[in-house]
Amino acid sequence: MKNHVYDYRKFVLAGIALVIVLCYIVRLAFLQLSNEEYKSRADNNAFFNNVIFPARGVIYDRNGELLVYNQPAYDIMVIMREVHNLDTLDFCRTINITKKQFDDRMAQIKNRNKNPGYSTYTQQLFMPQISSEEYGILQEKLFRFHGFFIRERTIRRYATDHCAHILGDVAEVSQTEVDNDDYYDPGDYIGKQGVERSYETELRGVKGVQILLRDARGRIQGHYRNGVLDRKPIPGKNLTLSIDSKLQALGERLMEGKMGAIVAIEPKTGEILCMVSSPSYDPHRMEGKQRGTQMMDMQRDPLKPMLNRAIAGTYPPGSTFKTSQGLTFLQEGIITSSTAYPCYRGFVTKGMRVGCHGHGSPLPLIPAIATSCNGYFCWGLYHMLNNRTKYKNIQEAMTTWKDYMVSMGFGYKLGVDLPGEARGMIPNADYYDRRLGQWNALGVISIAIGQGEVTLTPLQIANLGATIANRGYYITPHIVKAIEDGKIADSLLVKHTTRVDTMYYNLVVEGMRKAVQGGTCRSANTSMYEVCGKTGTAQNRGKDHSAFMGFAPKNNPKIAIAVYVENGGFGATFGVPIGALMMEQFINGKLSPSSEARATSFQNRHIDYGTRER
Amino acid sequence: MTGQNNSSKGIFLSIDWVTILLYVILIVWGWFSVCGACYDFNNPDLFSWETNSGKQIVWAGTSLVLAAVLMLIEKRFYDTAAFVIYGAMMILLAITIVIAPDTKGSRSWLPIGGSVKIQPAEFAKFAVALALGKLMGEYGFSIRKVKDIGTAIGLIFLPMILIIAQKETGSALVYFAFFLMLYREGMTGSLLFTGFACVVYFVVGLTFSQDHITNMPVSIGEFTVLLLGMSFTICMVWIYCRNLKAVKIMAYTCAGATLLAMLFSIYVIPFDVCYILFGLCILMIGYIIGLAIYTRMIRYGLIALFAIISTAFFYMTDTLFQHLDNHQRIRIEVLLGIKDDPRGAGYNVNQAKIAIGSGGLFGKGFLNGTQTKLRYVPEQHTDFIFCTVGEEEGFIGSAGVLIVYLLFIWRLIAVAERQTERMGRVYGYCVLSIFLFHLFINVGMVLGLTPVIGIPLPFFSYGGSSLWGFTLLLFIFLRMDAERNLKRQ
Repeated sequence: MKNHVYDYRKFVLAGIALVIVLCYIVRLAFLQLSNEEYKSRADNNAFFNNVIFPARGVIYDRNGELLVYNQPAYDIMVIMREVHNLDTLDFCRTINITKKQFDDRMAQIKNRNKNPGYSTYTQQLFMPQISSEEYGILQEKLFRFHGFFIRERTIRRYATDHCAHILGDVAEVSQTEVDNDDYYDPGDYIGKQGVERSYETELRGVKGVQILLRDARGRIQGHYRNGVLDRKPIPGKNLTLSIDSKLQALGERLMEGKMGAIVAIEPKTGEILCMVSSPSYDPHRMEGKQRGTQMMDMQRDPLKPMLNRAIAGTYPPGSTFKTSQGLTFLQEGIITSSTAYPCYRGFVTKGMRVGCHGHGSPLPLIPAIATSCNGYFCWGLYHMLNNRTKYKNIQEAMTTWKDYMVSMGFGYKLGVDLPGEARGMIPNADYYDRRLGQWNALGVISIAIGQGEVTLTPLQIANLGATIANRGYYITPHIVKAIEDGKIADSLLVKHTTRVDTMYYNLVVEGMRKAVQGGTCRSANTSMYEVCGKTGTAQNRGKDHSAFMGFAPKNNPKIAIAVYVENGGFGATFGVPIGALMMEQFINGKLSPSSEARATSFQNRHIDYGTRER
Repeated sequence: MTGQNNSSKGIFLSIDWVTILLYVILIVWGWFSVCGACYDFNNPDLFSWETNSGKQIVWAGTSLVLAAVLMLIEKRFYDTAAFVIYGAMMILLAITIVIAPDTKGSRSWLPIGGSVKIQPAEFAKFAVALALGKLMGEYGFSIRKVKDIGTAIGLIFLPMILIIAQKETGSALVYFAFFLMLYREGMTGSLLFTGFACVVYFVVGLTFSQDHITNMPVSIGEFTVLLLGMSFTICMVWIYCRNLKAVKIMAYTCAGATLLAMLFSIYVIPFDVCYILFGLCILMIGYIIGLAIYTRMIRYGLIALFAIISTAFFYMTDTLFQHLDNHQRIRIEVLLGIKDDPRGAGYNVNQAKIAIGSGGLFGKGFLNGTQTKLRYVPEQHTDFIFCTVGEEEGFIGSAGVLIVYLLFIWRLIAVAERQTERMGRVYGYCVLSIFLFHLFINVGMVLGLTPVIGIPLPFFSYGGSSLWGFTLLLFIFLRMDAERNLKRQ
């Protein structure tokens, strides 16, 4: 053998091989052992979570009438790299758009700034929610439009023209909603208003998921581990509202051309029978892709049709509030059933005058309610606030008064199962201390007749009616009667007892009965059942608001109601007749022909509100 | 008759079973990896002819038959026919350029009826190795003779040129592996060192060519390469000539001048220090040439040549770079981190790293890898097969593969060293150099350490041509080795 001198070189070559392998093992250790990042990037790469949307729960009224349901809608999707040989004109004609709209939309999809998730390999939304008819036409030609697909979705449809505020609507989630709740992903739908929002978790159900394996081009290759980790969607729960849709329809009809609200409650259960807010809108306007523009229009409307005045509008309750005052004075021993106060066309003392209309004087509580005497209740509050044997000072008296009001459901949200409830305003001693410094009973006397600082929502006024009908308690008013395979929240079934004894309620009931029989609510009187009621005429900057609060029948009441018509004048002008028609509709299930004629005449009596911003 | 029997028996006993065992381990392990890489969720039958894993079984089976047949062909045949085989193979390579259909830009695949295609470049390696063995095994061959070494290098470059003409630059680069064999056979180590230096210049120069030293108009790449060139040159003067005086003069001059230039650039007028370095290089080259003339020592001349090449090489790389195919240039750029765009050209290496990195210590288990199966890694069953090993078998498995390879190459070194004839040893070193080069480039590119050159990982990458090619290469050598004891009888 030659070349023995070079024998050492076999070790050099063996060493080179060793060094290479060692370097690579170190590199492998770095990649595989020290770094978790690659693992998560691998999962993001390969797993595609295909979300399966559950059917949203449908909504019925208390009689099982369908109000809201789902309808399939069709989104046109496009995979850019599969689009070729497209007859653009034919395509545009088929789906009723112009060539320019087509070009604009395609440019929008391709713009990564506006569409960050853009990929030429995956489905992009070309046009959302085309109708079944458009879908039918498109489907026949779809085979010619390479790269275009149809994705099925469901949209919310309304079987009723009413209940817009109650039902609310559904729309795509906002970024904040995505950030606040892990359940949602961009593009999901969520209840935005009304029951759709407050019962979102029940209605939406639970999304299902298929874990699919996706290749480098975004194409699906199969189920991960044969789908053992997949979850089926759980459909949303159906809701039954306590709303009587016939009553609701009548209420909306009667409130046409007027602003205000009607709320009716079943006293025994706290179930809300109708909740009209006027002006309202047709819920169909919120369907499908037109929602955005319709919302915009309504938000610009100075009459604020989107506002649910029944729970979000706060109004001076006017004379309807006097019932609560009488109850408070009785319980506190300021008056008895026979205490009479004078009223000479008003409450007049020390240069202070609260006007009243003509009636006999002096009179005790029952006729004072029946005739809605301002003087009586001003005197009552005057004596209560100035009673230094019972209360150390006016602050203590005021605080006591406030506690009574709160126990009747005023001043705080009632906790109705709808979003956007307002709390109204019940002043307390602290409030006056801050606001007025030194103050006395005369300075705040107007709260006794439901004016001044006091405001209530129509729901709170109706709830006052329900409390009186129940002779001293109320159940939290609620709008959902039952949840399919579920239970409504316990907080909605709580019985709230006021601080006033039942025997005093009977006196107030008597007063309200007298008001119907021969007082301010005469027009609500009927021979069919015993109606109890109380008008309200609330002063404000413009024309007086017309209000009515009542219930029927007197014994074993079926319905308590509040009607509030902005700028409607006397309570008897709009409040009482509308309330009477509503009670008749609910108790009898229909209107008599003469009532029907009256309803039509009220439907056509519109109030001119001008165009003032409210 | 008895003699024949004896020789057959002797050959059987002399077969290197250790190498064969390692070969079988690698092939079986490779088959499992191909199963992982090609697993189709819609067609989970691993043995079906429809799948790559099923086909790979056939390629492996036929390889074993081929191996058995090769064990029957005596060494004498190769001794006689080496140049004929070489010539035939070169003709085949040349024909391929003309008649092969265009496959993804390369013209290297010959269709042989139906869907079966072969790649002659995979088979040319053994022919070149045989020719080299024959040439260098001739009596009187000396690596010191320019004519002899020139012939050997010519034998290597001819197929390289033909394969580059087929637009398979990657496969052509494999022929550089033969220089490892030449090194073992006595080629001067400085040549290997020059090659190494070139690679370093290339990588460092290009990686940092766009970066500048803070506050100075000096390219880090250029600066570093020139400094490295000077340092290497000075070291070589020390190692090969032992001229301490010259080393001191050069080292102090260069260090002093560079330092002064940098201080001037920082504090007085900023300018490109590289001009000074370039001047120093020229001075140094002149000085060494002077030494060469003065001492009449050829070594100084060679060192001067190295210095010239070093300096010139860097300025040539930009130009050279333009000559690479676009995809190869981008691949090198990606490797060097010049363009790190996950969806662009860096995609392959990036996805390969994700696949391997996601394997962890024990891997995801056989057929459970997601990255390689879902085609995130391109060429996953051929060039990037090592990703599947990394993903499904984890660190344990991939380090295991590397270690088996190391043992395999070490064993081949041992077997080559025990050859009694030079032809056998030369051929053996050719074989192991090729395996080492494939391992180095293939695993390196998957790990993001070497440029992405599309060459297979022997026994692992899917494909009949490469498996047969490597089997051919290996078993000719094993048969030569088995005959080592016969001559002595």
